[in-house]
Amino acid sequence: MATINETQDELIEEFGLFEDWADKYEYLIDLGKKLSPMNEAFKTEENVIKGCQSKVWLHAEKHGDHIVFFADSEAIIVKGMISMLIRVLSNHTPAEIMQADLYFIDQIGMAQHLAQTRSNGLVAMVKQMKNYAVAFNAMA
Amino acid sequence: MADKFDIEQVRKDFPILDQQVNGAPLVYFDNAATTQKPQMVIDALNHYYTRDNANIHRGLHTLAERATTGYELTRKKLKDFLNAESTDQIIFTSGTTAGINLVAQTYGRANFSKGDVILVSNLEHHSNIVPWQMIAEEKGAEVQVIPVDEAGVLDVKAYVELLDTNRVKFVAVNHVSNAIGTINPISYIIEQAHRVGAKVLIDGAQSVAHFEIDVQALDIDFLAFSAHKLFGPTGVGVLYGKRTLLEAMPPYQGGGEMIKEVSFAGTTYNELPYKFEAGTPNIADVYAFGFALDYLKSLPKNAVWEQEKALLDYATEQLMQIDGLRIVGQAPEKIAVVSFVIDGVHPQDIGVLLDKFGVAIRTGHHCAQPLMARYELVGTCRASFAFYNTKSEIDLFVKALKRTITMLS
Ligand SMILES: Cc1ncc(COP(=O)(O)O)c(C=O)c1O
Repeated sequence: MATINETQDELIEEFGLFEDWADKYEYLIDLGKKLSPMNEAFKTEENVIKGCQSKVWLHAEKHGDHIVFFADSEAIIVKGMISMLIRVLSNHTPAEIMQADLYFIDQIGMAQHLAQTRSNGLVAMVKQMKNYAVAFNAMA
Repeated sequence: MADKFDIEQVRKDFPILDQQVNGAPLVYFDNAATTQKPQMVIDALNHYYTRDNANIHRGLHTLAERATTGYELTRKKLKDFLNAESTDQIIFTSGTTAGINLVAQTYGRANFSKGDVILVSNLEHHSNIVPWQMIAEEKGAEVQVIPVDEAGVLDVKAYVELLDTNRVKFVAVNHVSNAIGTINPISYIIEQAHRVGAKVLIDGAQSVAHFEIDVQALDIDFLAFSAHKLFGPTGVGVLYGKRTLLEAMPPYQGGGEMIKEVSFAGTTYNELPYKFEAGTPNIADVYAFGFALDYLKSLPKNAVWEQEKALLDYATEQLMQIDGLRIVGQAPEKIAVVSFVIDGVHPQDIGVLLDKFGVAIRTGHHCAQPLMARYELVGTCRASFAFYNTKSEIDLFVKALKRTITMLS
């Protein structure tokens, strides 16, 4: 199992192959489409993160000593971002997630989607992923 | 006044338009959110801070005199712009929202009581809904809604029925819908409201940039709008009111400028318009705003409307040819705004990708969630045009939109 930083470096390498923004976004959209569907039962009011323009749903479970995340969004580019965040953070221990520094977003040129704080719920989602780690850590 | 509309020259007057965004020429189609500023306005701001800056109305020195004159000159220009009876009825605020809140908190507080009805339309921006809900709650009054049909046209029959079957004290409607562009028949709306003794506030945020408003001819009680949507600076708004109404209204905020005499035994208030302008106002931006009005006046008569109408027709025709695209809001009377949705695609994704092509549009609920709910939509994509936009920009936009749709499907 790759570490959080190894996965981030993988993503940076993958995105490094693209020449222009359109290729990057096509890849991101593709990731969004391929995101494993979230169980509808998890799409509860409690799990929703309301952005000003689109919603994100986030659910977390403890599998052994690892946290597994499930998420979805109405917007496909946000879903692509979610797919990468899950790939990086899911299946790690609460301590690893709490300490994670998500440098890949900036390096692949997608910081803009986290700068749009209110529009898409992504910033709140990252925060919420960390909150889950803190909560599971406290329970352990 | 120029006699011919010279689009090349006009575009040069708005320096911001000439730039690359994300490696492509900027196409600015978010004019309903805010308009760009002509060089004259930018220069005026610079001039003000370089030469004239001082606090107004109180100082005796030369700079104070210049600043005061500049500030009051804009009031005079607005009186002419709106054909108001006097400059006393032009109150400077910080924007449309502030003007509406002022009326709700002063006129509303003094005049609404339990069981009164305030009518708003289903087309309103949140800033013409929430202030009325707030005062209604406080006063035990009720906010009711004038419905809108599928095309986005206000149901005037239902409106008249609401007037005839309720104790309607106040009607608050926009002149033009920011989300879908519908032009409302405000002359009729006002006439009918007055028939039952109700007062009317017109939210002019989206209309002032597109056509002339004569407050006297329309018999408007209150009109609120923002300078930044009228090619002027941000942070300035205008509230026009009928003199008798404004005089009877209690002041809004207390402080300097709005008083005549202050003592601990009691304070007397200043006259109109200062009664409603507590504290040091936004002098520089008010001053510069006057130059936006001058700029508009310098354009040939009807040119703005004709150019925008041509853009609206062309954009509508081009967009209708795109598979799966549906235009939301097809009122026969519309300003140059096209709101649309595309089957199976979230508006936010369109907005993000269009930006990469250098095209700025607005996506989302446009601060009109009740209207989105009416159409059962999470939001729309909205392209809104100004007279400085061109058909070739629409071509760039449509081309980018087609690419965007392909990328997303
Ligand atoms: C119809 C309408 N009313 C009110 C407003 C609020 O204007 P401001 O934010 O300048 O106060 C807007 C701005 O988007 C608008 O379009």
